[in-house]
Amino acid sequence: MAEKRITIRTTRFDPDKDKAPRLQSYDIPFADESMVVLDALNHIKAHVDGSLSYRWSCRMGICGSCGMMVNGIPKLTCNAFLRDYWPRSITVEPLSNFPIVRDLVIDMEDFMHKLKSIKPWIIRKQEYPLGAGEHRQTMDQIDEFRQFSECINCMLCYAACPVYGLNNEFLGPAATALARRYNLDSRDQGIKERLPVIADAEGVWECSFVGECSVVCPKGVDPAKAIQQTKLDTTMRFVLPYGNRDE
Amino acid sequence: MDFESYDVLVVGGGLAGIRAAIAAVDANPRLSIAMVSKVYPMRSHTVSAEGGAAAVLRPEDSYETHAFDTIKGSDYLADQDVVEAFVREAPIEIIQMEHWGCPWSRDSDGKISARPFGGMTTWRTAFAADKTGFHMLHTVFQTSLQFDQIHRHDEAFATKLLIEDSRCVGVVAIDMRTGRFEAITAKSVILATGGLGRVYAFSTNGNICTGDGMALAYRAGVGLKDMEMVQFHPTGLPYTGILITEAVRGEGGYLLNKDGERFLKRYVPNKMELGPRDIISRAMTTEFEEGRGFDGPHGKYMHLDVRHLGEEVIDRKLPFMRELGREFVGIDIVKDPIPVRPVQHYMMGGVDADISGATPIVGLYAAGECANVGLNGGNRLGSNSLSECLVFGAAAGRAAAEHASATRAVGANPVDALLADETRRIEASFLDKKGGDERIGTIREEMQHDMDAGAGVFRTREGLEKLTRQLGSLRDRFEKIKIEDSSRTFNTELTAALELDFMLEVAETIAYSALAREESRGAHARRDFPDRDDAKWLKHTLAFRDDGPAPRLEYGDVRITNFKPQARTY
Repeated sequence: MAEKRITIRTTRFDPDKDKAPRLQSYDIPFADESMVVLDALNHIKAHVDGSLSYRWSCRMGICGSCGMMVNGIPKLTCNAFLRDYWPRSITVEPLSNFPIVRDLVIDMEDFMHKLKSIKPWIIRKQEYPLGAGEHRQTMDQIDEFRQFSECINCMLCYAACPVYGLNNEFLGPAATALARRYNLDSRDQGIKERLPVIADAEGVWECSFVGECSVVCPKGVDPAKAIQQTKLDTTMRFVLPYGNRDE
Repeated sequence: MDFESYDVLVVGGGLAGIRAAIAAVDANPRLSIAMVSKVYPMRSHTVSAEGGAAAVLRPEDSYETHAFDTIKGSDYLADQDVVEAFVREAPIEIIQMEHWGCPWSRDSDGKISARPFGGMTTWRTAFAADKTGFHMLHTVFQTSLQFDQIHRHDEAFATKLLIEDSRCVGVVAIDMRTGRFEAITAKSVILATGGLGRVYAFSTNGNICTGDGMALAYRAGVGLKDMEMVQFHPTGLPYTGILITEAVRGEGGYLLNKDGERFLKRYVPNKMELGPRDIISRAMTTEFEEGRGFDGPHGKYMHLDVRHLGEEVIDRKLPFMRELGREFVGIDIVKDPIPVRPVQHYMMGGVDADISGATPIVGLYAAGECANVGLNGGNRLGSNSLSECLVFGAAAGRAAAEHASATRAVGANPVDALLADETRRIEASFLDKKGGDERIGTIREEMQHDMDAGAGVFRTREGLEKLTRQLGSLRDRFEKIKIEDSSRTFNTELTAALELDFMLEVAETIAYSALAREESRGAHARRDFPDRDDAKWLKHTLAFRDDGPAPRLEYGDVRITNFKPQARTY
């Protein structure tokens, strides 16, 4: 039987010499049923064209590096299996809604600034001394924020978000989910410091609740829920004289 | 030329590196800290650690037993004063992580929970479900964002240590975004670049684990200690090498051969699935050789069975394992056994550093997997490495801050010259190189397969001698590589070439150190020398770069305090 093969088309763009991104086609062996899109890119880079650039590391869906558009859908390429596409060809492009640095590499500095802006660390009025040991926290209390702590910063949700696509001032799904992760943590007292960032005009109110962010999340995080809950939180704080645990 | 100047520079943005940076800020808030990492810090390979972090936190536990377990686990090659200090610091660090927001799994009273782990005599492994490394890394990274003293250089690839007048004064790095060569200077430099698993073909390690910091230090004249001590984890998924956590066995999972037998009864009868990694990996390999493994499309494997634990325990304690099984193998571990086989996982060896992370070069420190401070000896116990990153990352950060506070900055003149030299070297060897017909990918794959074959779970003199010849020939061929990518923007062919250069270097130190050690100790199992030989070999190997192809090997004493070497049975 002839060797099984598959066609991979990937975005090529080198700002040093290209005016615009283009697609380049590679026909490669589909040698093993376990192969994923990332394996195909690695085959191209190792054996066909060493100049193809993309990010990857853990290849187990936890480092968040290898998000790309696969046939138009944001995916982690380390667990997008070739067998789910073959015999059709696969088009691999950089994540939508981000500037392209090179080939499949996006510019995610915008997210790094947004992450810092939501103060993703435990804020306390009085520091709890180390000598006092750990805060007590029940598994139920962890369940309050658990899913929002599972964000791997892979940027698939931003690539899927139509609002971010139109206005990148929008804080966006992952950053809002991570703010929520800290606001819901029983050890944290920083909600008042975070709300001005997440509740301003480019914060949660921009979201039109399309919900695509939650659909594409590879880790089961529900950023759309975080955004809706934050809207509620924000309203309640303006309306009600009493508030959260930090007061 | 101009350059950026800091008090402390950390190379690497994983758990050890970030912990070091925060410790330096705590030690002296007036210091400026640079963090140079070839990936965004949250991509660092800490993220893949699963099972937990060891620390004495429960009343029934003691420092002495944690120390003894670690020393026995190391096959007595650990430096015992280092272990004794480590076990006292680890609980404080786990509590510190808790205060920073790490979502540790809890007992019903709300205290940090613990699970059993291999080679540990009691429950002392704190965990965040089965994504402990992920949660610790994101916690410490996000915590670090509040410190304006920490200046990150994300996606900057360090190519060389700047050494001036016998002290380390910074690094040369390529800004991957622009391709610009930069000298980044500092009074103290901390290497925290992680492991080197990618010198092997079958490894749990991510693509970024290429031994960079070890090679940087080695080229600067620092010895690499105990490089023959490479850990093979018993349970990796065939084909991908994805790690299946030891916590699966900690929670009660069974390892079964093709006869459905818990074969570990023949090897570690008192510990069974909770034996140490080196012995279990050898047991599995022996079972395969004797025909008791399963045969699959990607080689032999065993079954790791958690079906008897039930869905509730699996979903609470091992949810990521269920996800990995579903997504990468197409099985549900609630109903199906997991196929596993031994896989390269961790490097006990590394940059020779003392208890505070200081190397023999003034101003140069090392912490985490890239360092060898003497904690792990011949075999690391599972869940000691996350704690090691915290304890020795913090120690290196404090020591580096103290040194920086008492030292004057380096002047511009030597740095300009050093930067110009290094830029020329890389342009001549790689970017502007003409001709050449060897593919980086081909040499890398051959190196990886040669390492698997020659420096795996079991070694022989013949195999290791062959490996040294193979690596020598790959080194020659590396001179003839071709670089197709001439772009300055995010040139990952250049970084792949630089990484391969580093990997060939550290692979040679593994091969030669392993060839010289004519005994079996910890993870270093010689078929031709099956016994431990304390009279001759209770000592550390130190590999120094030499003019010839082979490193110059020296040996150092192992520090014994309270635990006399004895037979290591479980």
